[in-house]
Amino acid sequence: MIRLLATVFLLLAALPARAETIAIVNARLLTMGPQGEIERGTVVVRDGRIAAVGANVAIPTGARVIDGNGGILTPGFIQADSTLGTVEVSQVPASADRATHHDSISAAFDISLGLNPDSILLPVARLAGITRAVVTPLYDDRGNRRLLFAGQAAVIDLGQRPDMVTRPRVAMVLEMGESGAERGGGARGAEIAALRALIDDVRHFARNLALYDRGAGRPQTLSRTDLEALIPVVEGRMPLIVRVDRAADIREAIAFARAERLRIILDGAAEGWRVADEISRAGIPVILDPMSNLPHSFAELGATMENAARLHTAGVTIILKTGSGVAHRARELRYGAGNAVAYGLPYEAALAAITINPARTFGVAERIGSIEPGKDADLVLWTGDPFEPLSQPRAILVRGVEQPLSARPLDLRDRYRSMN
Amino acid sequence: MRRAAALLFLGALVGCAAGERPVAAPSAPAPLRAGLDASPDPYPSTYRPGPSQRLAIVGATVLTGTGAEIANGTVLLADGRIEAVGAGLPVPDGYQRIDGAGRWVTPGVIDAHSHVGIWSQPDSVEAHNDVNELTEPNTAEVWAEHSVWPQDPGFDTAREAGITTLQILPGSGNLFGGRTVTLRNVPAMSVQEMKFPGAPYGLKVACGENPKRVYGGRGRSPASGMGNVAGYRRAWIDAADYRRRWDSWRASGTGDPPRRDLELETLAGVLGGEILVQNHCYRADEMAIMIDVAREFGFRIRTFHHANEAYKIAPLLAREDICVATWTNWWGYKMEVFDAIEENAALVHEAGGCAIIHSDDPTVIQHLNQEAAAALSAGRRAGLDIDEAEAIRWITANPARALGISETTGTLEPGKRADVVLWSANPFSIYARAERVWIDGASVFDRRDPGYRRHSDFLVGQPGQELRP
Repeated sequence: MIRLLATVFLLLAALPARAETIAIVNARLLTMGPQGEIERGTVVVRDGRIAAVGANVAIPTGARVIDGNGGILTPGFIQADSTLGTVEVSQVPASADRATHHDSISAAFDISLGLNPDSILLPVARLAGITRAVVTPLYDDRGNRRLLFAGQAAVIDLGQRPDMVTRPRVAMVLEMGESGAERGGGARGAEIAALRALIDDVRHFARNLALYDRGAGRPQTLSRTDLEALIPVVEGRMPLIVRVDRAADIREAIAFARAERLRIILDGAAEGWRVADEISRAGIPVILDPMSNLPHSFAELGATMENAARLHTAGVTIILKTGSGVAHRARELRYGAGNAVAYGLPYEAALAAITINPARTFGVAERIGSIEPGKDADLVLWTGDPFEPLSQPRAILVRGVEQPLSARPLDLRDRYRSMN
Repeated sequence: MRRAAALLFLGALVGCAAGERPVAAPSAPAPLRAGLDASPDPYPSTYRPGPSQRLAIVGATVLTGTGAEIANGTVLLADGRIEAVGAGLPVPDGYQRIDGAGRWVTPGVIDAHSHVGIWSQPDSVEAHNDVNELTEPNTAEVWAEHSVWPQDPGFDTAREAGITTLQILPGSGNLFGGRTVTLRNVPAMSVQEMKFPGAPYGLKVACGENPKRVYGGRGRSPASGMGNVAGYRRAWIDAADYRRRWDSWRASGTGDPPRRDLELETLAGVLGGEILVQNHCYRADEMAIMIDVAREFGFRIRTFHHANEAYKIAPLLAREDICVATWTNWWGYKMEVFDAIEENAALVHEAGGCAIIHSDDPTVIQHLNQEAAAALSAGRRAGLDIDEAEAIRWITANPARALGISETTGTLEPGKRADVVLWSANPFSIYARAERVWIDGASVFDRRDPGYRRHSDFLVGQPGQELRP
């Protein structure tokens, strides 16, 4: 109990200053909202939200003024396919809560439970302009676990607050294609057959809850908690993140979603550009790593730096990420966006792919993703182009609270500079 | 080794002349049959530079790798060598003119730490993992070049990113992983055609978590940090003894020669100074121990690889003249890399050390200039005044030094190999791409040439190749 109390005190002590009224003036605003780009403008922040945006906005009396010095102000970036808040050291299992090897919990694994707002990774990612993340379960196949779903993703903020969950249970995670086949019995076709049967089971369960309550339902391969977790998916209320790379596997995933009336988000999609028109027609968003250009597997033979640009040109909503389940290397997100631009993606599309696109895809666009009145004040003021490594953030706000420009690695840096 | 033996022999003669009566004049041992004596170069380089013509790159901003930035620079290449570098030099007759206006020129990028070719694409396929001989903690007898698959598509993508030279190292699962090899990044059918002529071999040594995890997990030594160090010391004692036996046999010229031992031959090569120690070591305290191990056995460490805690002992590493090859962005995947900071390279540089940005990865190798930019940015954030002309050394001149090839490559100086990259923009910009790459003056990549073909056979006839590169 004393330890618990101490922890609570520490948490409170670690909380940043409460939201205040702030005016960021004299900055180039890349709003990613209806106001587009404002060459020299002001953003007013009040009670944690954006109160006003424009070229001619009055500064409220009593507001703290942050002078942008002509720098660039962007919405905070959103890191998709992340494990931020669930891991400290990747190879120390006790410090990681991003995957489960429980025998009967797969779809029911809710990553929004058990997050760590004190993670030292959060300030590191924040210093790269990331203010939110889509925290997404990974698979843990120890002991030949053969469950198909990894669990449910959540949107979090990086403000290191106890209430860090922006929205829990935003999507369910499923691997198809090469690695899904391995989990589904060694063949793609086996996984698809198993998935169809599972979905039929979930639908039966959802229609006959009373029957199952009496212990009279049909035999199920999934646990009751997993069945319950999948009801929103089969009803099309919760999207399914489908991890898949090969062009043929993408087509298979689209056909599967259509046949089963599921909403899906493609993740990976290294060969997405080869079936860009089909993805576009199906209206399916794609999460992709713009740096992925190597044939790491037989499912990624067509990987190319132009994937992002080609999908965008075909009209696909793209979301950029860096790696899978990224946590420590989250700070490379802005570099990935810059590389996508170097390989043909329009600048504004790259910025949308790490702000408003993930916000819309994960159902949180009413709160984040652009600089618009009424939205949470997640804002980053940069010394220059945020995609350039030589630029750095000068001010970072999460939900209207200015964050310290510090992190454990910077503390270590300063400690040894003074020693040496 | 042979020269050392000859010197010893000469010393013996001088000793005789000084007065002692020789019992039996020692004579040089007759050459041994093939295989009984170490050949200094049993798998010799067959690398030949590609065809080149006289080139003048005109009007670019040139980062020479020597610390200079030249605006409106001209770089002249002739006969595979750098002929001249300067601002606004006249272009002699007979030189093909390449417009560098708005572009940047640097030395060819050198990766001091790569596994391309020994962990080839598709690297998720077990058959392509030839990087670690995880059968004994000491496998100094294996040579990375015997794993290299020149058809790895990763050589192509690295070349298209300006990588002209790279060191391929065995993995870090063993205390002694084996010999490294330094390659020219040219299309080739055999590894011999890629071997950098005259480049010394390296010995991969690994500290820390990997060896003790691999072997401790099997219930054998090393299972701890102290087990690691005992393993190194045992091996160096054996190597010192092996070297003594050969030296003594060569000096006496009599009796049976010692039996060759591939493992000890490599270690003895380090003791003799011909093979450079390339030491995977993350933590500051472990680097300090390794420096003492080297002192105990009389050899030098050329480079600490990864070395994410180098910033904690930067003055020591500068004093010891040991290079630090590190990343900017990798950290936190295990305990020994928990304290990594983005400023590592910049702080090593500030202390007067030899800082290097390396890849260890087939994707990062394509963005070493961007990793260097992030390292530079972190340094500037810390208030360090480092300019781009200096920072470019982290991926050119300094890795050349770490690999023992700085006399012929790594900078744009007259007489050096014409290993050159023409960038579309400042290479410290995220938008910069390598447009042209030359190795020994031969064009190996031209982004705008529709006739350019990737070398690897693996992707021939595979789906989705119409876009490449």
